[in-house]
Amino acid sequence: MSTAASPLHPAADPASDDAHGHDAVERGPFAWVATVDHKRIGILYLCTAFFFFCVGGVEALLIRLQLARPNSTLLSPDAYNQLFTMHGTTMIFLVVMPTLVGFGNYFVPLMIGARDMAFPRLNAMSYWLFPFGGFLLHFSVMAGGAPSGGWFAYTPLTETPFSSTQGTDYWVLALLVLGVGTVATAINLIATILTLRAPGLTMGRVPLFVWMTFVTSILMVLALPVLNAAVVLLLVDRQLDAHVFLASGGGNTLLWQHFFWTFGHPEVYIMALPAFGMISEIIPTFSRKPIFGYEFVAASTVAIAILSFGVWAHHMFAVGLGHSADLAFAGSSMLIAIPTGVKIFNWIGTMWGGSIRFTTAMLFATAFLIQFVVGGLSGITFAAAPIDWQVTDTYYVVAHFHYVLFGGTAFAILGGVYYWFPKMSGRLLSERLGRWNFWLMVVGFNLTFFVQHFLGILGMPRRVFTYPDLPYWGALNMASTVGAFVMGLAALVLAANIAISLRRGKVAGDNPWDAWTLEWATTSPPPHDNFHEVPPVHGRRPLWDLAHAGDAAQPTEPVAPSRPRRAEPVLDKGVVAVWSFIASEAAFFLILVIAYVFFNLSGVAGAAGPSAASVLDVPKTAVFTGCLFASSFTLWMSEKNLEREAHGAAARWLLVTVALGAVFLVGQASEYLGLFHRGVGVATNLFATTFFTLTGFHGLHVTMGLVALLIVLGRLLAGDFRHHRSSVLRAVGLYWHFVDVVWLVVFSLVYLRAAG
Amino acid sequence: MSAAPLGSTFDPHSPEALAISTLFGQTLAVCAVIGAVVAGLVATCVVRFRSGKRPEVPVQMQGNRSLEIAWTLVPLAIVVGLFVLTAGAMAASDPPATRAPDIVVVGHQWWWEARYASGAVTANEIHVPVGKDLLVRVESTDVIHDFWVPQLGRKVDAVPGHPYSISLQADAPGTYLGACAEYCGAEHAWMRIVVVAQPQADFDAWEDRQRRPAALPSPANAEATRGEAEFRAKTCITCHAIGGEGPPAQVAPDLTHLAERTTLGAGVLANDPAKLSRWLHDPQGVKPGSHMPDLHLSDREVSDLTAYLETLQ
Repeated sequence: MSTAASPLHPAADPASDDAHGHDAVERGPFAWVATVDHKRIGILYLCTAFFFFCVGGVEALLIRLQLARPNSTLLSPDAYNQLFTMHGTTMIFLVVMPTLVGFGNYFVPLMIGARDMAFPRLNAMSYWLFPFGGFLLHFSVMAGGAPSGGWFAYTPLTETPFSSTQGTDYWVLALLVLGVGTVATAINLIATILTLRAPGLTMGRVPLFVWMTFVTSILMVLALPVLNAAVVLLLVDRQLDAHVFLASGGGNTLLWQHFFWTFGHPEVYIMALPAFGMISEIIPTFSRKPIFGYEFVAASTVAIAILSFGVWAHHMFAVGLGHSADLAFAGSSMLIAIPTGVKIFNWIGTMWGGSIRFTTAMLFATAFLIQFVVGGLSGITFAAAPIDWQVTDTYYVVAHFHYVLFGGTAFAILGGVYYWFPKMSGRLLSERLGRWNFWLMVVGFNLTFFVQHFLGILGMPRRVFTYPDLPYWGALNMASTVGAFVMGLAALVLAANIAISLRRGKVAGDNPWDAWTLEWATTSPPPHDNFHEVPPVHGRRPLWDLAHAGDAAQPTEPVAPSRPRRAEPVLDKGVVAVWSFIASEAAFFLILVIAYVFFNLSGVAGAAGPSAASVLDVPKTAVFTGCLFASSFTLWMSEKNLEREAHGAAARWLLVTVALGAVFLVGQASEYLGLFHRGVGVATNLFATTFFTLTGFHGLHVTMGLVALLIVLGRLLAGDFRHHRSSVLRAVGLYWHFVDVVWLVVFSLVYLRAAG
Repeated sequence: MSAAPLGSTFDPHSPEALAISTLFGQTLAVCAVIGAVVAGLVATCVVRFRSGKRPEVPVQMQGNRSLEIAWTLVPLAIVVGLFVLTAGAMAASDPPATRAPDIVVVGHQWWWEARYASGAVTANEIHVPVGKDLLVRVESTDVIHDFWVPQLGRKVDAVPGHPYSISLQADAPGTYLGACAEYCGAEHAWMRIVVVAQPQADFDAWEDRQRRPAALPSPANAEATRGEAEFRAKTCITCHAIGGEGPPAQVAPDLTHLAERTTLGAGVLANDPAKLSRWLHDPQGVKPGSHMPDLHLSDREVSDLTAYLETLQ
C-alpha cells in the first residue's frame, strides 16, 4: 500500500481481488439482487429493516389496543402471546440489528477511505440471510402459529410438552440463519476496519462510529454463537427428544437462562454501541466542535464490551441463585453504568461551549441524551437486586428497555437517518416534516412508556394479555395506548418525508452539514468506487484540516509533531477474517463444552445410563486422534513448501492432510455406528446428548475444513498460487489447526477423563 | 372486584417489603439528582449555546483530563454507596431459610396450589396470621412461574426442579393482591394470587376448617345432593380433590372449601353462584386455554353442581 504524498492516491487496497474494476456492472433489473456494492447492500438492509419495523409496529399497536382497557377480549390470549413474542423478536433481530449493520455497511468503508468492504461477496450473502431469516420466522404463522414463548423463549415453556406447535422451531431456525449472517458481517467489518484504512488513518483517528462498529463487531463475533449453540440444544430437545433443559429428564432448566443471557446482555450493547457511534458523529457536527474526550469515549466503549460478559445473571435475580451470586452480579451491573456515564458527559461536553444548530438530526440526538439517561437510571435501580426482586417482570422493565432501546437507540437511528440521508440519496430530508416527525415521536414515545414505570410499581406483570380493573391500571394503560398511536403517526410522517424528499428534496451537495469526516469528502451519493480521490489524513477531522491548512492557531490533534509515527503493521484481511471466525467458533464450542462438563463432569446429574467410561473405545479413538493431529503437521509442511514456491511438494503434503482428515472422519463415523448399534442415541441420556452434540459439531467442522482444503488443493494444482496467494492457505490452515485444538479439548475432557 | 387496594411496591406491609421500598426510595432519590443534573446541563446547552448568539467557529476544545477523572470517580463512589445499601437490603428483605417451610406454594399452569405444614390444602387464596414470619417454599410442576405479592415482599420464580424459600409476613390484617410474574403460557394473565392476613385466632379457625374434610350436603338440599353425585359421575373428582378424596397429586385446584374463596379461576372471576355457573357452563370461554375441559354440562347439571359447590364452606 502506498503512502503517497499527493492527494491523488487511490482508495485503499489496490491488491483487492474482487470484481470492482468494472463501472457499468450495476445496472439492469437484477442489479440490486446481484449487487456486492456495500452502499447498495447498506440500503437493502435499511429498506428491509424498515419493512419489518412496520410489521413490528403493527404488532405493537395491536398489543396496545388489547391492553387499552381492563378485562379486554379483543384478542385471544394465544393471539396476544404470539404478537408479543413476534414483536420482540422482530424489533431486535429484524429491525434494530439490521439497521445498525446497514448504516455500518454503508458508512464504515466511506469513513475509512476504502472502496468497499473487505469481502464484498460475503457481504452480499450476509444481507440475503436477513430476509431469508425473516421469512422463516414469519412462515411459522402459516405452519401452525407463530412462536409464543416470548422473545427469550424460557424453557421448559418452549419445550415440546408446553409448546407443541412448530412456531418455536421456526424461531430457532430463523435465529440460526440470522446469527450466521450477523457473524459474517461482523467478521467483514473487523477485517475492513483493521486492514483497509486509508494511509494516515490510524485507529486513534478513525471516526467514533467506526470505533463503536468495530467493538460491536467483536461483541457479535463472541455473543451470537452463544445464542446459536443454545438454540441448537433447544432444537435437539424439541426435535430429537433430548432433555438438556427439562428437569424431568435430568436436565437443567436454568441452564437455558444462563446461556441465553450470556448472549442477551452483550446483545443489548450490540444494539446500543453503534447508536452511540451515530450520536458521536451528529453532536460534534452540529455543535461545530470536535467530540469531547475522544480517547475516553473510545476506551469506555471497550470497557463496556468487556464488562458486558460479566453481568448476565442480573436478568436472573428473581430465580433464586443465592445471595452471593446475586450480589456479585449486582456489583458488576452497577459498574457497567460508569463507562456509559462517561460517554454521556463527553457528549454534553461536546455541546458545551459550542455553536449548536438544531437540525432535525440534532433534535433527535438531544432527546436521545435525556431519554437514554432515564433508561440508564432505571437500569441502575434494577442492578440493586432487591429492587429487581420487586419490579423485574413487570411493566417497569418494559419501560426501562424501551427507554434505552427506543428512546435511546431508535432516536439515535432517526438522527442518523436525517444526518446521512443526504449522503445516501443526494437530497436533504424536509426540515419542516422533520420537526413534525420529531415532536410527534417525542410526545408519543414518552407518553407510551413513562406511564409504564408506574404500572410496574403498582403491580402489573408483563406479558399479560389483559388485567383486572385495579385502581389506575386502566387509565395508565389507556394513556400508553394513545401514546403508541401518536408514535405510529410519527412513523407515517417519517415515511412521507422520505418518500417526498427522495423526489423533491433540496439537492444536498457533497457536504451539506460542513462536517469533517471522510464520507463527506465525496459526492452525494458517492460514486461506485466511493472516492475520486481520498483527502490526506493527518488527524481525526481530515476535512477540517484541509479547510484550515495554514491555520496554526487551531491544532488538529493533541500530538507533538516531532513524535515519529509508528508504521502500521500490514495485516492480511484473510488472516484477520479467519482469526475472527475462529473466535466465533470458539464461543460456539465453549457452550457445547460447558454443557458436556455440566452434565458429566461436575457431579450434578445422576449417573443413569451410558457414560463415557462405559461406551467409548478410547484406544481406537486415540488412533484417529493421532491422525488428526498429524494432519496439522502435514498442513504446516505444505505451508512451508508453498512459501518456498515448491508447489508440487506443497500439493503432496496437502493431499496427505486431506487423507488424514478423512481417516479421522471415517473413524468417527464408525464410532457413531457402533454406538447406535448398542442403542446409544442422541436422546438416550444427557451423556449421550452432550457427547453427540459436541463431537458431532466438531465432525461437521472437520468436514467443512476438508472441503476448504480440497478447494485450496484444486486451486494449487490449477496454478492459481503463483501470484502470492499463500495467505489463503495460511488462513485455511489456521482454521484447520483450530479444529484440531478443539479436538484436543474434547478428547481430553470426554475420552481421557473416561479412561482415567 | 371494586374497592381493591392499591397494591404498590411503595405500600409495604411487611418488614421485607419495607426494606425493599426503602432501598428503592433511596436509589430513586440518587437517580433523580443525577437525572436532574444531566437534564439541567443539556437544557443549559440548548439555551446558552444555540448558534444564533454564538461565534460561527467556537473554541475547538478536545477534552479535559480532570473532568474525565471526576466524572468517572464520582459515579464510582455513588456506585459503591449503592452497593453497600444493596447488600444490606438483600439481607433484610430475603432472610435465609433455616427451617422447614410453613407453606409450600406450587405453581401450575394456571393456578396456585398451597399446602400448609399443618396439612391444610387450598388453592389460589392463601390465608396467613398477622405478624407471623412464615417461610414459604415456592415450586412448580410444569413451567417457570413466579410468586409475587408486591406489598408483602420480593418475587421469586417457581422453577421446576429448583425450589426456593422466601419469607412472608403481613404486619396488618387485610387482603393483599399478587400475580404470577413469569410468563407461563396462555393464561399467565389469570394466575393471580390473593393473600388474606387475619388475626391469629381467625386464622386458626380458618386453618381448622381447611383441614376438615368436606361435609356431605344435607339431604334436604336435593339440588346439592344431586350435584355431589354428579361431581363424581361427570369425572370432576378425577382432577379436583374434595375432602381428601381425589387424585393423589394435585392436578387441579382442591375444591374442599371452594365456597369460601373470593375468586374463581385464579382471579378471572369473582366467586358468586352466577359466576360459578358461568364457569361450569363454559370454562374455555371464560379462560381459554386453561386445562379444564368443557364437559358440555346441561343447565340442570350446572345448577346442581353449583348448589353442591356452594355448600363447600
